[in-house]
Amino acid sequence: MTVRAVSPRSLRRRRALNLVMSGLMGLAAVLATLPLILLLGHLLREGASSIDLAFFTRMPKPVGESGGGMANAIVGTLILVGIAGAIGLPVGIGAGLYLAEQRRARLATGVRFLSDVLNGLPSIVMGIFAWHFLVRPVGHFSALAGGVALGAMMIPLVTRATEEMVLTVPTSLREAALALGYPRWRTSVSIVLRTALPGIVTAALVAVARIAGETAPLLFTAFGNHYWSVALDQPIASLPHQIYTYAKSPYDDWHRLAWAAALVLIGLVLAISLVARFVTRSRHGGVGD
Amino acid sequence: MAGAPAPAEQPAPPDDSPTLGGGSVGDRVYRTLTTAFAVAIPVLLAFITFEVVAAAWPALRRFGFGFLTSSAWDPQRELFGAAPMIYGTVVSSVLALILAAPLALGVAIFLSEFCPRWLRQPLSFLVDLLAAIPSVVYGLWGMFFLLPILREKVMPFLATTLGLARTPFFSGPAYGNSMLAAAVILAIMILPYISAVSREVLMAVPRSQREAALAMGATRWEMIRDAVVPYARTGILGGVILGLGRALGETMAVTMLIGNRHEISPSLFAPGYTLASVIANEFAEATNELHTSALMACGAVLLVVTLVVNGIARWLVWSVAREQKA
Repeated sequence: MTVRAVSPRSLRRRRALNLVMSGLMGLAAVLATLPLILLLGHLLREGASSIDLAFFTRMPKPVGESGGGMANAIVGTLILVGIAGAIGLPVGIGAGLYLAEQRRARLATGVRFLSDVLNGLPSIVMGIFAWHFLVRPVGHFSALAGGVALGAMMIPLVTRATEEMVLTVPTSLREAALALGYPRWRTSVSIVLRTALPGIVTAALVAVARIAGETAPLLFTAFGNHYWSVALDQPIASLPHQIYTYAKSPYDDWHRLAWAAALVLIGLVLAISLVARFVTRSRHGGVGD
Repeated sequence: MAGAPAPAEQPAPPDDSPTLGGGSVGDRVYRTLTTAFAVAIPVLLAFITFEVVAAAWPALRRFGFGFLTSSAWDPQRELFGAAPMIYGTVVSSVLALILAAPLALGVAIFLSEFCPRWLRQPLSFLVDLLAAIPSVVYGLWGMFFLLPILREKVMPFLATTLGLARTPFFSGPAYGNSMLAAAVILAIMILPYISAVSREVLMAVPRSQREAALAMGATRWEMIRDAVVPYARTGILGGVILGLGRALGETMAVTMLIGNRHEISPSLFAPGYTLASVIANEFAEATNELHTSALMACGAVLLVVTLVVNGIARWLVWSVAREQKA
């Protein structure tokens, strides 16, 4: 720290600087939230008018015919997220339990680090991985490959969140169960895991919200599909991929549908985030810092 | 229980006791299962790396190190080089960092030092929400909202009003689709990551550090500049590098805004390409095996770079956490 002489004049200057900097920090906060507000506003203006029952129940129409919906893409996204969850949740929760219980093991330190590194991998790399692993050998795109790519993205998210949630369970609870003669595994499963469950559900929801909007891993795995398909070994449509296809197209009608799909996707993501927020908050008892 | 034995005389529980030593069958199964899931993570990471390198292998073997330095990209003559994409990835990401890092740090400081308590929670939520918006939605918004503003307001302002058109960095026609557009959208997208990490590190700075500075007569800003930020420096740097890692690999929004052209131009108004966007954009139209493999090689380069960048970032953030625990 530097030492400054304090004269009344410099004190005034220091106070002024303090004021200016406080203002700048506040301005930064305003600027940072501005894109969010602009984006949501624009989305509502452009997308809201195109959302009706047909959007959810009808199939996409060919170019030139107006109307149509995105039933196939909505169902496709649900299926992809389902496959991803079937992979990401068990592995993530299991690994998270291990990390929380064997906290100091050398393996745990390594796994924790690599899980964070895995979390930072670009989503398109996950797509390449799933393409080379599951699409190229069989020669065609599939919902399964897309789900695997998303599942791989989900694992580190669920792992670290589960670990964090399990660590918040008081040791005394675990000790009480052990003292009653519970074996370790039952203590972990029926006491610790159950206590941490709301937190883990939150984490799972956040992870789902994050992967549900991913497009890059699906480009050459799930690929997209203009027709109705729920087969796991066939290409499948998804909301984010449909937004990309429609946004790139030169047709106004398709742009309109892209906005509507984006609004539905954001609505889904925000609803999940808010539910997740609510679950954690009610658990921790009020607004905490 | 008359004459209870002194605690010291109590025999220690045997290691194979069914409840404490992990000796029962259920315990062993549980332990094996969770360990297997934990081990699955490093295995998965290695498997991903292996698959990506295998997909890239034909191109890597054919072009070797030259793949990184060549600007040729001619699917017909089977010539491929990733130099323009590497350039575009680095420039767009660094530019995004320059735009986002000060702003993110400002938000983090505001949240941890100036913000009234009632506002802290909702404001953090709003900033974090930026991270929850899908990349493709950023791309859509960028195409129809950001590009027109850049083309009609920001670019003419930079070029003409500020007279920057004379420099090579802001010259040429302003189409909209450009390196600048990609950098702006990337900046918005990585801001929440940097600010979330910075906020957490700033909040972890001990109270005594702040109180000491205030007791010495520092103003609030002086306290932040001299006592709080230096203390959190390493963690903030980790957050910034984490943001860099995100920016390097971001695909959809960049693909939709950067203009997709295999050219190295110093002008930020010119279209470019990134490693991730070339894969997204050209995969569907790849005509031969080697073209596909060259795209996968771009992915492999990206994978290696992000592995290193993320490794460094996590290590920095961790070393802070460890210091604070010690």
